[in-house]
Amino acid sequence: MDRKIRVLIAKPGLDGHDRGALVIAQALRDHGIEVIYTGLRQSPAQIAQAAIQEDVDVVGLSSLSGGHKTLFPRVVEALKERNAEDIPVIGGGVIPDEDIAYLEEQGVQKVFTPGTPTTETVDFIKSTVRGEDDE
Amino acid sequence: MDEKFRKQYERWQDAADQTNERFPERKEQFTNHSGIEIDRLYLPDEQGQTNDYTENIGFPGQFPFTRGIQPSMYRNRFWTMRQYAGFGSAEETNERFRYLLDQGQTGLSVAFDLPTQIGYDSDDFMSEGEVGKVGVAIDSLKDMEILLDSIPLDRVSTSMTINAPASVLLCMYIAVAEKQGVPKEKITGTIQNDILKEYIARGTYIYPPKPSMRLITNIFEYCAQEIPKFNTISISGYHIREAGSTAVQEVAFTLANGKAYVDAALESGLEIDQFAPRLAFFFNAHNNFFEETAKFRAARRIWARLMKDKYQAQNEKSLRLRFHTQTGGSTLTAQQPDNNVVRVALQALSAVLGGTQSLHTNSRDEALALPTEESARIALRTQQIIAHESGVADTVDPLAGSYYVEEMTDQIEKEVMDYIDRIEEMGGAVQAVEEGYMQREIHQTAYETQKKIESKEDIIVGLNEFQLEEEVHEDLLRVDDALEKQQVEKTQQVRKERDQSTVDSKLNNLKQAAQDETINVMPYILECVQSYATVGEICHTLRDEFGEYTGV
Repeated sequence: MDRKIRVLIAKPGLDGHDRGALVIAQALRDHGIEVIYTGLRQSPAQIAQAAIQEDVDVVGLSSLSGGHKTLFPRVVEALKERNAEDIPVIGGGVIPDEDIAYLEEQGVQKVFTPGTPTTETVDFIKSTVRGEDDE
Repeated sequence: MDEKFRKQYERWQDAADQTNERFPERKEQFTNHSGIEIDRLYLPDEQGQTNDYTENIGFPGQFPFTRGIQPSMYRNRFWTMRQYAGFGSAEETNERFRYLLDQGQTGLSVAFDLPTQIGYDSDDFMSEGEVGKVGVAIDSLKDMEILLDSIPLDRVSTSMTINAPASVLLCMYIAVAEKQGVPKEKITGTIQNDILKEYIARGTYIYPPKPSMRLITNIFEYCAQEIPKFNTISISGYHIREAGSTAVQEVAFTLANGKAYVDAALESGLEIDQFAPRLAFFFNAHNNFFEETAKFRAARRIWARLMKDKYQAQNEKSLRLRFHTQTGGSTLTAQQPDNNVVRVALQALSAVLGGTQSLHTNSRDEALALPTEESARIALRTQQIIAHESGVADTVDPLAGSYYVEEMTDQIEKEVMDYIDRIEEMGGAVQAVEEGYMQREIHQTAYETQKKIESKEDIIVGLNEFQLEEEVHEDLLRVDDALEKQQVEKTQQVRKERDQSTVDSKLNNLKQAAQDETINVMPYILECVQSYATVGEICHTLRDEFGEYTGV
């Protein structure tokens, strides 16, 4: 049997709103995914380091402070610098629609905006990692 | 008339007369559109004048304050309309403040950016990407001077959402007032200064609990002596609720935190009536209308009873729970954002019927970005319509006596007290926070809420029912990314122009003072600020002495 999918949920920057990150983490766990949560105030370098160390399949970023345009691409870069650009980065939070295209250009795979059902995120992660849909 | 009821009634009548002499009622006579006169207060008939009424509900302005903290409430003056604002540079925010004051807003409320709230200067590597985003960037006194330029600090009261570095920003405010020629005993306002809820729900902590509690009691003591009209803390349930709690948990954890601050201040040698009158509270208003109103009434009664029975406060002002309310940010939807105007109106109404002292109404676009000027104006207009058009402010506590609301008030009180007792058994709020107890309780509720939304047990209009094909939302407020660079340059310029040797010696004095627990650090921080030492430099000095909190 395949090993469980592993996801790092991270809070880049100084934002302290962790409700979304914690709810997503719990939802992923309930769907059989292993989750490592970094806690608050992680720099892009720390996040990339943790992703490699924990050998995760996906990195999920959460920001509600408006810092996503700087911080999300930094995480993608930091992974690249460590030759780990194969780990897909996804994100969520208070992110205006018009920023999504920019973030995707910068290498963020998918951005989930407020109101997204957690199952949609679960399905996306499963299909990205294994090409399969929800169980 | 029941004897006890009659006594309370007469006392209320006297208090109302006295208040009205100082602040005449808004109208000589209040009438509705049918010409029916509206009384100041409606009371139970003879049969309802029972012990239950006099003990549990009582008269407004009297213990246990279920019906409000003033004898005539909004018949004299409306609540303070206080919109939280701040973004980008001090210049831009100063402009928004002056706009809001011109539009009839009656108090200021400053939002600081995250680096300021966590004690980093704009040029610190930790600040990258966050400068000026969720509030205004303040590094040195220079920024504060610009922020408050042309705002008369003897007449405008200012609320500052600042916690771990509250002492620093308060000192900056004092310093600017003095430069404007306003003596510090005249300034009015509030600092949030509530570190426990930062550990629980909001995340802008710096130091560990023990030194943080010392800073807070230092502020209590300093303010009691030097700036007696300033609210020294705003004990906040708002963020606890936003993080996912129920209404009961919001009140329970907030009042448990309140008790912890009281205990810390008493332990440091202060007398209860010396600081308790300057404690303020901050609650949320969500959508369940009657539950919210009952919650505010219950919170007032619980606090009054705690202060009287447990802490034996003598000064009546120590018993009054005064609170600010903000409508619920997490109830706003990114979908069909104009619907949020309606949600905000209902929430605001529940706060007014709950007797709030001041109110912030959220803007419709806040699930997407910071509000535009137009959205912020509609939010303020919502309050003005409730105040001037709805008539709900013409009599005191109009929902009193509703079987439903009174029963809900009693039940919320009971459930809150169960939580408070449980936390007490754990050793108090500081202990409970360190063990992650409240954090777990809140997270559990947040996850259950999410599941109810996804299963459609809870319907959120426009989100999981009544959806539309969404359009791209335009006209959002954007903070210019060039701001960060400009702010960094401004602060570096301040560093060049100031007298560095004075800064060094003031910071060193602060360091020495921090090492001795018996010393109040406030005067030392004030001197640092006046020498143009930055928020980051002051907070780093204290970090070196106190250490940093890293989460549970």
